[in-house]
Amino acid sequence: MWEYTDKVKEHFLNPRNVGEIEDADGVGEVGSLACGDALKLTFKVDENGRIVDAKFKTFGCASAIASSSALTEMIIGKTVDEAARITNEQIAEYLGGLPKEKMHCSVMGRDALEKAIAHYRGQPEKKVEGEIVCECFGVTDVQIRRAVKENHLTTIEEITNYIKAGGGCGKCHDRIQEIIDAELGRPAAKKESRPKQLTNIEKIRLIQETLDREIRPQLLQDGGNIELVDVDGDKVLVKLQGSCASCQMSQVTLKDYVEAKLKELVTDSLVVEEVR
Amino acid sequence: MEPIYMDNNATTRVAPEVVEEMLPYFSELYGNPSSMHTFGGQVGRRIRQARQKLAALLGAMPEEIIFTSCGTESDSTAIWAALRSNPDKRHIITTKVEHPAVKNLAEYLGTNGYRVTFVPVDGRGNLDLDYLYDHLSDDTAIVSVMWANNETGVIFPVEEIAARVAEHGAVFHTDAVQAVGKVPINLAENRIHMLSLSGHKLHAPKGVGALYVRRGTKFAPFLMGGHQERGRRAGTENVASIIGLGKAAELAAANLEEENLRVKKLRDRLEKELLARIPNAMVNGNPEKRLPNTTSIAFEYVEGEAILLLMDEFNICASSGSACTSGSLEPSHVLRAMGVPFTAAHGSIRFSLSIYNTEKEVDLVIEKLPPIIERLRQLSPFWAEHQKKNASRRSRN
Repeated sequence: MWEYTDKVKEHFLNPRNVGEIEDADGVGEVGSLACGDALKLTFKVDENGRIVDAKFKTFGCASAIASSSALTEMIIGKTVDEAARITNEQIAEYLGGLPKEKMHCSVMGRDALEKAIAHYRGQPEKKVEGEIVCECFGVTDVQIRRAVKENHLTTIEEITNYIKAGGGCGKCHDRIQEIIDAELGRPAAKKESRPKQLTNIEKIRLIQETLDREIRPQLLQDGGNIELVDVDGDKVLVKLQGSCASCQMSQVTLKDYVEAKLKELVTDSLVVEEVR
Repeated sequence: MEPIYMDNNATTRVAPEVVEEMLPYFSELYGNPSSMHTFGGQVGRRIRQARQKLAALLGAMPEEIIFTSCGTESDSTAIWAALRSNPDKRHIITTKVEHPAVKNLAEYLGTNGYRVTFVPVDGRGNLDLDYLYDHLSDDTAIVSVMWANNETGVIFPVEEIAARVAEHGAVFHTDAVQAVGKVPINLAENRIHMLSLSGHKLHAPKGVGALYVRRGTKFAPFLMGGHQERGRRAGTENVASIIGLGKAAELAAANLEEENLRVKKLRDRLEKELLARIPNAMVNGNPEKRLPNTTSIAFEYVEGEAILLLMDEFNICASSGSACTSGSLEPSHVLRAMGVPFTAAHGSIRFSLSIYNTEKEVDLVIEKLPPIIERLRQLSPFWAEHQKKNASRRSRN
């Protein structure tokens, strides 16, 4: 069960400003049935550019309904310019915080507000900017960059919590990681450079080093171990020890982990074989 | 206030008779059943009796029962045992609607050296048997199909599948966690090799389960160590819980008829009344081939978590196939595999009853739920749209 604050529960059980303003000055719709939540925000503006009424309709979970309700309370009485500065963090704060998996509910509120203000100002419907990264939820790279910047996000999981990207099939995780890395100015996923041509001695030394530094510590964690027996051309002969020796997955470990790691860090042509 | 508990596919109340039976093993009868002295030995005798009671419920022999810690352990043990005792076979068949205990292990094996076939279901949750049989091959090590689905209650023809699989020389395993105690099971009369069950789904405590392994089935233990469970599951026995599970099995055998008459009647009335009182609601899954206690109802244009929380105000306990309750963003893999449209999948609620439910409780849910759905629909932009469309359709006609 989610740990909702009393304020979230209160807004969910007694939502304010439910409905739709007939002759609204600003209308913003976001979300869809497929995504599991959607919000339609309408507001009325007086001659001084002040929001005098706002209403919402929301399909979604308790925190989506509470975020929408809070949003209407927050914008009524503000000028449109003031309202335009409201962030998703402020919506969440207004409710005393949201569970991290539910932050996307506050983002949905902010997005609907933005759309409604654009509609009020007569700005053309924004075209989808950027390329779609997450196909399950239709999220673009531009939206991911914005979420990283505004909410100081650093992991894929956080991106999913805030804007849902990556929460479906997971195929886009690599791309999301790249975007986060680029945005945070991290070097792209480190590909350790490796020398092009190796002499036999260099190759054996590199294999031994990779075994010692990268592979053995992993196996030791599972109670296993590995020993380099010989290198014959591109054939790497090893002996599995400890729990690896009796593990039903040892062949998988050998091929998918040990060989893959050596191919990555030494040279592509290596083949690992077990000596018993 | 006592909860109105209609979430028995999640877990059940421990029967008072079971608690009573277990209590001495937390106090004076603390001996280790493996000990040589009379004090410990008497505990061993009680475990033997529990094994007999559980075997009787399943139509099995006592030595075919291995006690485990939970349904998940039973599933893992069964699948690994089949793979390890058939090392040359690299193919696994299971379904798209299995419990995560089987599904996630199968997906893991699928990326770690095995080929895995996931058999699809149709819109009513029925398994595509031809697809399953077409994919059986000499390379198939194990076929694992649940007896009944936890979300919809749909029952699969596992006995028929087991016979076909056995002809092919593969192992057949069924996750019967939801079926045991709710449908009659007689393992003496079918060819199922392995069957998993969980204590806490049949009024025994959490933390105990069992795996049935037919005599003559090749087996390799998952936990190695001591000689407990005849070397097939090492580790000191969870004595009190095993004795509780034995008592629960005895009660389940006695209550099977009530489960299929009274509980089924309660479920049917709940379902019928809710469908009659709430528009745009429908049952997920084949209503004819279902567990007697389960109904999964989709309420269009509203979201499941919101429904659950409003029901919670009345202390009504059920669960939802909605994404928002699970922490993932997508609705249940079972409903998606059935092709339930998103309009309905997000608003699906599962009620699962037990012998402890009463007519009064069903009345209360029938009274409280319609206004809850109506209230959420008033909030939903899609409901207004849907009604507008309906109105214009009517005026055109």
